[in-house]
Amino acid sequence: MKKVLIPLILFLGLVVFLAIGLQRDPREIPSPLLNKPAPEFSLSTLEGDEKFSPAQMQGKVWMFNVWATWCVACREEHPVLVAFAQKHNVPIVGLSYKEIQPQDEAAKASPEVKLQVARERSVVWLKSHGNPYVTSVMDLDGRVGIHYGVYGVPETYIIDKQGVIRYKRVGVVTPELLADKILPLINELNKS
Amino acid sequence: MIPELGHFALILAALVALIQGVLPLTGTMLRDPQQQVVLQSLARPTAALQCVLVAFAFGALATSFLSNDFSVSYVAQHSNSLLPKAYQFAAVWGGHEGSLLLWVLLLAVWTLAVALFSRSLPLDMVARVIGVLGLISVGFLLFILTTSNPFERLLPAALDGRDLNPLLQDPGLVIHPPMLYMGYVGMSVAFAFAVAALLSGRLDAAWARWSRPWTVIAWTFLTFGIGLGSWWAYYELGWGGWWFWDPVENASLMPWLVGTALIHSLMVTEKRGSFKAWTVLLAIAAFSLSLLGTFLVRSGVLTSVHAFASDPKRGVFVLIFLAVVVGSSLTLFAWRAPRVTLGGRMGLVSRESFLLANSVLLVVATAAVLLGTIYPLIIDALNLGKLSVGPPYFNAVFAPLLVPTVFLMIPGSVARWRDAKVREIAHDLRWTALAALVLAVALPFVLGGWSFGAAFGLFLGCWGALGTLQQVLDRVRKPGRIGASFWGQHVAHLGMAVLVIGITGVKRYEVERDVRMQVGDVVTIAPYTFRLDSFSDVRGPNYKAVRADVQVLRNAELIEVLQPEKRRYFSSAMPMTEAGIDSGFMRDLYVSLGEPLNDARTEWSMRVYYKPFVPWLWGGTLLMVLGGVLAALDRRYRKFTQRVNT
Amino acid sequence: MKQLFVRGVMRLCAVLLAGGSVSFGVYAQPAAPTAAVQVPLMSSTPAVREAAPMAEDPQIEARLVDISQELRCLVCQNESLASSHAELADDLRREVRDLIRQGKTDQEIKDFLVARYGDFVLYRPEVKPLTWVLWFGPFVLLLVAAVFLGVYLRQRRQQLAPAVLSDEERARAQQWLKG
Repeated sequence: MKKVLIPLILFLGLVVFLAIGLQRDPREIPSPLLNKPAPEFSLSTLEGDEKFSPAQMQGKVWMFNVWATWCVACREEHPVLVAFAQKHNVPIVGLSYKEIQPQDEAAKASPEVKLQVARERSVVWLKSHGNPYVTSVMDLDGRVGIHYGVYGVPETYIIDKQGVIRYKRVGVVTPELLADKILPLINELNKS
Repeated sequence: MIPELGHFALILAALVALIQGVLPLTGTMLRDPQQQVVLQSLARPTAALQCVLVAFAFGALATSFLSNDFSVSYVAQHSNSLLPKAYQFAAVWGGHEGSLLLWVLLLAVWTLAVALFSRSLPLDMVARVIGVLGLISVGFLLFILTTSNPFERLLPAALDGRDLNPLLQDPGLVIHPPMLYMGYVGMSVAFAFAVAALLSGRLDAAWARWSRPWTVIAWTFLTFGIGLGSWWAYYELGWGGWWFWDPVENASLMPWLVGTALIHSLMVTEKRGSFKAWTVLLAIAAFSLSLLGTFLVRSGVLTSVHAFASDPKRGVFVLIFLAVVVGSSLTLFAWRAPRVTLGGRMGLVSRESFLLANSVLLVVATAAVLLGTIYPLIIDALNLGKLSVGPPYFNAVFAPLLVPTVFLMIPGSVARWRDAKVREIAHDLRWTALAALVLAVALPFVLGGWSFGAAFGLFLGCWGALGTLQQVLDRVRKPGRIGASFWGQHVAHLGMAVLVIGITGVKRYEVERDVRMQVGDVVTIAPYTFRLDSFSDVRGPNYKAVRADVQVLRNAELIEVLQPEKRRYFSSAMPMTEAGIDSGFMRDLYVSLGEPLNDARTEWSMRVYYKPFVPWLWGGTLLMVLGGVLAALDRRYRKFTQRVNT
Repeated sequence: MKQLFVRGVMRLCAVLLAGGSVSFGVYAQPAAPTAAVQVPLMSSTPAVREAAPMAEDPQIEARLVDISQELRCLVCQNESLASSHAELADDLRREVRDLIRQGKTDQEIKDFLVARYGDFVLYRPEVKPLTWVLWFGPFVLLLVAAVFLGVYLRQRRQQLAPAVLSDEERARAQQWLKG
């Protein structure tokens, strides 16, 4: 092969990569936690003083949904989750992520007051938008979120009977996604 | 009405560009000399007409901005009635559509310049060069007309615009894009000359001599544009960084590196008729990288603080355009290059081989930057995961490549043409080497502490500066006129050396204090003291701000009062920092406001910096720009009187 | 004569530059980068108060800056964790600070983040088979190019035999040179 063709060949290779790149989203981060055990934690819940930990869900296939009342996209996703919860026997646990934002009044209050305010706000929001969650854990400082690799809201995980993360969705859960990916996966996980 | 006229002018311009692109080139391929001349002579007039039309369109858009016509969608997105007039004009290129129009305008201007300043070129070469430029213009005009029309109407018209991004409301950023585009677009002239040479089969020293001044001028603008961008980032972003290896910055650096290699390679081709194929390839590469940069910035393929809002349709168009332009020119190269003659003899050690080494090093450096920039994309495309390549990579890989390049500047310009001896060169440079070594070892102690890295960087810089000085002194002592290009070369090399010293100094000896300050507090970075005197509320034409008055003292004597601000523009939620900077010859003192730490806003977080040698960064860049200007002004390029018979 | 002159000028320049830098240095002498609070320069009434550093523990903060400059802010348009103002960046810096306090090494901290966010969070890609081309490519390319260059220049010399003047041509040339 003639040396003079090298620049052209290299260039064409580049074009191919760029063309593929046009179809990718450079900001989407795949989760390294796939097929790894869901990180343990113990957090207060929305309802009361009893704490929740993922170990309690052993033996069930469940959905872990990251949300917050300040999250605009969550409002789009919420009816889909509510409908899903009503139709299917899959428990959805919510992760209330950083409900108190740095610019809120309550941000400077004590942890107890913060938890209180967060709970109140969430309860009100869920009353008006519907509550698909069997319970919702309060991750006020975002620590649990970090352990789960959360970098935006909403995000959703599917966790199997052994407590292993099998799927992660960054962004809104749509009905199409539920039908095409999530439900089939849950059905399959339920069989094992 | 005016926007519609502007739009119409663009359509006409595209048609004229098509004629400009097709007919003269066709003229060069015909057999009948009469027909040839007729078609080739169309080149200059069509270039002029296209320029007039595009300028009209640009004027129409500018008028829309200056008259606050918010029925034009682009104006509504990027302007505001409260925006100062100067920024209303600059807002023309504040977004994707308008900046493309600026690009096309500058391309038309460069083409017109070629048409006007090419009297000494044979007509068929003129036809080919302007023809190629015309084809490129067609591509860009079609891009604008089909995907990025700045004249689209917004109905009903907005009451007021969304305002220009506050980050862009700044003088530095007003001239940065035009200068940068002058550079990018200028590389298309070198490209056109290269393609013309390949098409005509006339690839010789004369071609190199024609190409060189255009390339030098384009390179000068590019240097200036990159420097401006860097300087802007330094004073605007609030913490004094000046280079981030962001994909868009890399997109401007790559054509610059290849452009530098091209200028040096053209020297050899002009003088000895050698490296013709390599030089032509460099010319193609320089413009290709400009186009690649356009693609990377506007397609959404890479994340960058600079990226324009992306649209997949636009990405596809630019990619196809890129593929066609570069693909066809590389194909032409593969076809025609093997026929090129070899040129003069040269020794293994000679100025030619030094210049070739310069080419190779710069091209490898460019490849490294390109690799780092698109590697995440490649890995993602191959479904191998997602990774990031950031400053730590580029700093680790780029610096070792640039060190030999800068080092070789000196022996390269000392070496004789055709044949040189290493021993002779070493002998000539022994005092420079010694002096540089002494300074490199001694200066760090004086500047604040010895480290090998500092000594190394200082050696390189002093070597470059003293070596240049030595050559200038040597030449001045000899009889005979010294041409402007001699000064250009050495001033530019000196600029590079100064830049290296600047980079070394600021990286190794910078001091930062991140503190909480109330009125009356001081920060001491010996021998300077920074005292916070007061906070005040100020109001600008389209923003509100908190301003701090910080007195800067050296040994208890007042030097300057710095006034950093934290601005809130009415149109944007994001606060902007305006740093307070005192610039001296050897250092900058830099203060920026952070956040208020209490409700009463009497205590703020602030950053105070002592940045030695920062002005040398800008000084070095300006010297390089000056060098480029001098080189382009050399008398031999200004002889338009000779007409070459075809 | 000329050579001596140039030599002399060079030496003079060297001395001047060295001397000049020493005096500049006296003016430009910065403090060594230290986090210690300095004693106030002078006290006239009221007492001059040296500003307190933002960070609670400057040692930890310095290490935080070093580490976070190599990490990516995940929600920004290409910014490092050190300089970003995003909320997640604040949270992640807080985590890193905690890990530093716990005595973790730099590598352990990076591993912690990579386990949760993947390689994307590292600005300095790890050197592993996936990135060999990235890290070694340029230097391999340089080596290959250097070899090519050497071979090419040698080949050229053989291809273009030097023009040899015949005796008659040489005599003519001498005549012309003498003018």
